[in-house]
Amino acid sequence: MSKKTLIVIGNGMVGHHFLEQFVASSAAPDYDILAFGEEKQLAYDRVHLSEYFAGSTHADLAMGTEDWYTEQGIELHLNEPVTALNRDQRTLITPKGEYHYDELVLATGSFPFVPPIEGREHPHCFVYRTLDDLDAIRASAKEGKSGVVVGGGLLGLEAANALRSLGLQAHVVEFAPRLMPVQLDADGGALLRHKIEELGVQVHTEKATTAIVAGENARLRMNFSDDSHLETDLIVFSAGIRPQDALARASGLNVGERGGIVVNDQCTTSDPHIHAIGECALWDQRIFGLVAPGYTMARTLASVLNSHSDAAFTGADMSTKLKLLGVDVGSIGDAHGQTPGARNIRFNDEQTGHYRRMVVSEDGKTLLGAILVGDNSYYDTLLQYALNGIALPDNPEALILPESQGGAPALGPDALPETASICSCHNVTKGDICCAIDAGSSDLAGVKADTKASTGCGGCTALLKSVVDNELEKRGVAVSKDLCEHFPYSRQDLFHLVKVNGIRSFRTLISQHGKGHGCDICKPVVGSILATCWNEHILATDHVPLQDTNDTFMANMQKNGTYSIVPRIPGGEITPDKLIVLGEVAKEYDLYTKITGGQRVDLFGATLSELPVIWERLIAAGFETGHAYGKSLRTVKSCVGSTWCRYGVQDSVGMAILLENRYKGLRAPHKVKMAVSGCTRECAEAQSKDFGVIATENGWNLYVCGNGGMRPRHADLFATDLSDEALIRTIDRVVMFYVRTADRLQRTSVWMENLEGGLEYLKHVVLEDSLGICAELEEHMNGIVDTYQCEWKTAVEDPGKRKRFREFVNLPEQRDPVQQWTTERGQRRPVLESV
Amino acid sequence: MRTRTCWNSVCTVDDLVPESGIAVWTVDGPVAVFYLPHRLPALFAISHADPFSGANVLARGITGDLGGEPIVASPLYKQHFNLKTGACLEDESVRVKTYSVLLDGNRILLETRETHQEAVAA
Repeated sequence: MSKKTLIVIGNGMVGHHFLEQFVASSAAPDYDILAFGEEKQLAYDRVHLSEYFAGSTHADLAMGTEDWYTEQGIELHLNEPVTALNRDQRTLITPKGEYHYDELVLATGSFPFVPPIEGREHPHCFVYRTLDDLDAIRASAKEGKSGVVVGGGLLGLEAANALRSLGLQAHVVEFAPRLMPVQLDADGGALLRHKIEELGVQVHTEKATTAIVAGENARLRMNFSDDSHLETDLIVFSAGIRPQDALARASGLNVGERGGIVVNDQCTTSDPHIHAIGECALWDQRIFGLVAPGYTMARTLASVLNSHSDAAFTGADMSTKLKLLGVDVGSIGDAHGQTPGARNIRFNDEQTGHYRRMVVSEDGKTLLGAILVGDNSYYDTLLQYALNGIALPDNPEALILPESQGGAPALGPDALPETASICSCHNVTKGDICCAIDAGSSDLAGVKADTKASTGCGGCTALLKSVVDNELEKRGVAVSKDLCEHFPYSRQDLFHLVKVNGIRSFRTLISQHGKGHGCDICKPVVGSILATCWNEHILATDHVPLQDTNDTFMANMQKNGTYSIVPRIPGGEITPDKLIVLGEVAKEYDLYTKITGGQRVDLFGATLSELPVIWERLIAAGFETGHAYGKSLRTVKSCVGSTWCRYGVQDSVGMAILLENRYKGLRAPHKVKMAVSGCTRECAEAQSKDFGVIATENGWNLYVCGNGGMRPRHADLFATDLSDEALIRTIDRVVMFYVRTADRLQRTSVWMENLEGGLEYLKHVVLEDSLGICAELEEHMNGIVDTYQCEWKTAVEDPGKRKRFREFVNLPEQRDPVQQWTTERGQRRPVLESV
Repeated sequence: MRTRTCWNSVCTVDDLVPESGIAVWTVDGPVAVFYLPHRLPALFAISHADPFSGANVLARGITGDLGGEPIVASPLYKQHFNLKTGACLEDESVRVKTYSVLLDGNRILLETRETHQEAVAA
């Protein structure tokens, strides 16, 4: 039997996805496959189009490679638009020739709708769809100062961000009274507008453009129906999409009144040999302008062409989650509450800029839809409730309340049914993931490769990881917790070995419990454990070679091999005399000086041999080491508190100094930060710290396990209205429990998230002493406090330790020739050519 | 033509730090000398310059062994270098210069290129 011919018109995301599905199916060998694309490039990821302006290239965004097409035996015709169909002959015509098909797939996508405004053909008017469009916008922006996006929907705001990134003053002009009218309600839209305007994008709603004419101060002027106008150098139209159905229309296929190629549940058009998928297809009177439904259609059609008669497209979830100009926006299901009897639960915090709305069924049992602005961390859980019809808890409002107000914990992976959709781009359910694991995938990377989950928009990454981890654990797959090749133990195990056996040196530990000589993973871990257990000087002969880069020289190494120095300034309180000493030292040694985020002063550019000399000066002036180099307590930040502030209710500075002096020097698995605020206004930002203390009328509220940095986490309220003594006792216990049980380089936030039982468990251990270890934890902490020494004071007084601070041991006066300097804004900074 | 070399005393045993490195200045520029007392031989010398940052810092890295080979981890970006061969474990194309090093009584001798007066005159 001779082969049949399958032709796919349109080489976009959906067309490419269809080909991927089809070539992997059993029908593929029966067909010669041809793919036609109008653009000159191979299919690329249009969802992430804006990244093109951030430096991504076509290769970064490409869905596949030409080699892949060759390997699959697909004949690729790029830059070759199809101009006509001849359905009787089953042929199609392009400028280069005529081709016969047996089955034809239309994946022609959509085109941007440009409203019929006079002057829209002006050369500085654009649309936002293809890489060519973006190249043209970039060229136009070079000479311009401002740009307008017509349309305040999802794509319009993306485009506004792109204009902003090109250095233009960006404006958004929207016809409706609010932004994202499809996804958001009035309150959500208003909040989004406020946030976007804060970023410098000007929003103009309820504006209908009547004409585009030459501008006086800019290239163009837009006249609006209310007689106002706006001048701009370029205009990007993003006023919605229209299905690209021209070929279908011209060849007499059924199309919808407002466009779109009519298809049935099998994605077949009114001609049984012609099929349509993606944004060009009209199913049940609906066009789906998202990639996930297009992929679902592609999969359905691949099954249909493999004679699976039961394959059917049954609609798609249009929920979306995205970050627009840095603002989280989410919209789920029936976001506007159009279901009869639907009821609303709203949370609106104008202070923090968070808005959340749940639409629940009349009986309050199921979630119909939701709107989120400001914080999408609630999205995954809400989506799972909505998609799977999971019964809502008795207090559904907990799902959108901040956690500190008693919000519900996230829906654990065990609570999800097998049918729960984890990855909507590739339609992967929890059941699919379980199958992949049962078939041999033994880690996250394997599951991703087998199921393609999380390889589309990537929005489900965190959820996927929690499902995979949970399933692996249920199957008893032990994930190796060995520290490194030298120790078959976790950090927690090593801590126990050191503590219980009274081991005081690395050499003893590795000879009794490990093998080899150690490495840069295990040595600092053991150094830290030994310091926590026995609190000996970190530069004692046995401990020197264990210390991490910065601990070895008790300063922070910078990129050119010089160091920065951060003296301790407890609570950020400093006398003018001490401040003058810092200034004098910095001036004498020409140190670049910067105020840190932790209310201290950082002095940069000291050479190795200068460190002990500088510290002699600082110690003489009463300074101690600030441990900015250590995995240990950094600072306790504070606001000025009740001694000065008219709102303060407690002495926050006094408490911060007390805490800083108590916990300074303690070695921990990672750095630890604290803060104390004198009232609920929280000026010290305590809730972003590992330990945050906020004053109340009656004492102190303690928050634990917060985090700034790369992955910010709000601290959890741990105990309320504590006295000074109770506060310190509670922190002692949590700190010691963390130090003893956390993994290597695990911050308190991740530590707590990984504690089985989480916050509640920690409360039981610390507040109710459920493990009966609190007395021991306190005793250990007191021992560390009692044996504190300023490491720098001990070091400068010991000639043996000082010997290490020499650049070149045989030539003390030799300067490092690589360290070159220039002056910027009145201070010295390094010049270092990377080699 | 083969480069002529010579042995120079660069420091004494007292300058060394067990299980760690120190830096010395030579005619070739900065060299890192490591003393790993639990190995035989116990002395290693490689260029002090970190090829990834250009900074002279390798003597200040953490030493140890990986797969039995002696290594130092750069203190800046943590790449590992084999102390015997100078090879970078993370990037095959990168290798730092190694030097022969000897213990002579109390002195540490390093082999570097010769810089005698007559060499200049010739």
